[in-house]
Amino acid sequence: MTNLLIYPILLPFATAVGSLLLWRRPALQQTLSLIGSAGHLAACLFLLAAVVQDGIQVLAVGNWPAPYGISLVADHLSVLMLMVTGILGTATALYARGEMAISLRSQGFHALFQVLIGGISGAFLTGDLFNLYVWFEVILMASFGLIIWGQGRAQFVGAVRYVVINLLATLLFLLGLALLYGLTGTLNMAHLHQQIMTQESHGLVTAVAFMFMAAFGIKAGMFPLFFWLPASYHTPPIAISALFAGMLTKVGVYALIRTFSLVFLHDTATTHAVLLVAAGLTMVTGVLGAAAQNEFRRILSFHIISQVGYMLLGLALWTPLALAGAVFYLVHHMIVKANLFLVSGLSRDCSGTLELPAMGGLYGAKPFLAVLFFIPAFSLAGFPPLSGFWAKLLVIQSSLEAEHYTVAAVAVLVGLMTVYSMVKIWIEAFWKPSPDFGPDQRAIVPSAWKIAPVCALALITLCIGIGAEPVYQLADTAARELMAPQVYVRAVLGGAGP
Amino acid sequence: MRSVILKTATRLVSALVMVLAVYLLWRGHHAPGGGFIAALVAATGFALVALSEGPAAVRQGLRLRPSHMMGAGLGLALGSGVIGMLAQRPFLTGVWWPPSGVVVGTPLLFDTGVFMVVLGAILSVLLALEET
Repeated sequence: MTNLLIYPILLPFATAVGSLLLWRRPALQQTLSLIGSAGHLAACLFLLAAVVQDGIQVLAVGNWPAPYGISLVADHLSVLMLMVTGILGTATALYARGEMAISLRSQGFHALFQVLIGGISGAFLTGDLFNLYVWFEVILMASFGLIIWGQGRAQFVGAVRYVVINLLATLLFLLGLALLYGLTGTLNMAHLHQQIMTQESHGLVTAVAFMFMAAFGIKAGMFPLFFWLPASYHTPPIAISALFAGMLTKVGVYALIRTFSLVFLHDTATTHAVLLVAAGLTMVTGVLGAAAQNEFRRILSFHIISQVGYMLLGLALWTPLALAGAVFYLVHHMIVKANLFLVSGLSRDCSGTLELPAMGGLYGAKPFLAVLFFIPAFSLAGFPPLSGFWAKLLVIQSSLEAEHYTVAAVAVLVGLMTVYSMVKIWIEAFWKPSPDFGPDQRAIVPSAWKIAPVCALALITLCIGIGAEPVYQLADTAARELMAPQVYVRAVLGGAGP
Repeated sequence: MRSVILKTATRLVSALVMVLAVYLLWRGHHAPGGGFIAALVAATGFALVALSEGPAAVRQGLRLRPSHMMGAGLGLALGSGVIGMLAQRPFLTGVWWPPSGVVVGTPLLFDTGVFMVVLGAILSVLLALEET
């Protein structure tokens, strides 16, 4: 029993309560939200330290033992995800502090923001599938509130697509849950792991597994269910879209990794083979979609899809090295992608637009901004020694070891295409001369609240790249835990279980 | 719509609905009921008043902004969990006064929190829709 696990959920919700009660005091709300985000980050780091030191941590909420009550479980994968959630939450809260004064007036923002962070933390921590569904609903509600923030018409069109397709996903998820509960009589993931092994009708379990794959695939932006993502991510304010780009699809990827490494292991030949094909197609369609775009954030949105493909590839290959690659990729990608969205905001402040043909000259006017773009962009594209290089290397090496040469070739080609997209943004926005119209870029200085988080995230990317070893060790431990679910099951159920 | 029949009926029915809501909240302890369903019932009572007397009357009668109600409710629910933690038990563990097991305990506090969150959320949507 350790209450340490509840703080990453409790603190954001407590902050949301504070922001709701301070409805008429936006300045105080702002400060409270920053303190809450910093506290959340600290709680996540404490939990990380505890897990690294003592192994998997379990909390039976309400003192109801598993599998009857809801358990919160923190293994290495969970705490790594939580740590990045804490980092991104704090970074985007700082950025929002700079952006709020310009474009946001209404008061509910901080409450929704904190509820979203709390919901994401809950999804990473829960050891119960139905509870995961509840957290998905919390995330969906909070993110819908945030995505229509500002009430622009384009924003609303994107938001409706987002919410409709995500409701479909939760419906599929719920149906899958009902079937699974009917088959096994439990929704505790550790208990499910045991129960599914004893099931006689494997065909039925496989069908349920595909329902879950479709539901989480929609959330993760997996082929062919990704179209909602580029339709909605480029419209809300920058801080919000950066948090979404960093976190939301990755909750789906996390759920896929969790269920397909703990629950649905009865027929990996089928399920993981389908995942492999889907991963390859996700990579290709994402990167091709990006090549056709001419708007900064739209290009970045399509690249989320192609990068999700790499992570799914790591899961589909189902070897320790590949899983370690997937986990490393998750950590690297969340930080880099959120940072790129934040950089797009700084670029928009300077050039007044995010349409690439109308941009230009940023390299001459703002060389420091060019550096801030260069680090995450070329990390995303996989340039050594930045973090993306190691992530791609791990995934491609493991696909070669598993003798999936076609997929390895696809992964390399998609990497090349990513370079093309990043170079396109570089040339259009930074390198080519500034168009005659538009504001004087030298005169505009973005607020320090916006520049600080971008610098911090770029620094983290550099650190992961140059000091890849410790992060790799953590990812490797996480992968080993995922490959040996007995440890997880024993930690939750204790001994042999009921 | 300002109908005398609706107004008169509302005065009677809304009071009954509120009593039913409190009953459901209390009953949720050991039998079907609870904060969520009680809040839905209570919201229908407020909706009746909003239809017959207008949303301003509801706001005046509430004296509490729906957003504040949501915040306070969420705070109550979290607080009921923290009480369990203060008693050196896992989060949300039920704590009872007196410890021998009379009806008053943190689960009721939690349910009251749920009641306020749900009622606050419904009212903020309902009143906003009525006012536009």
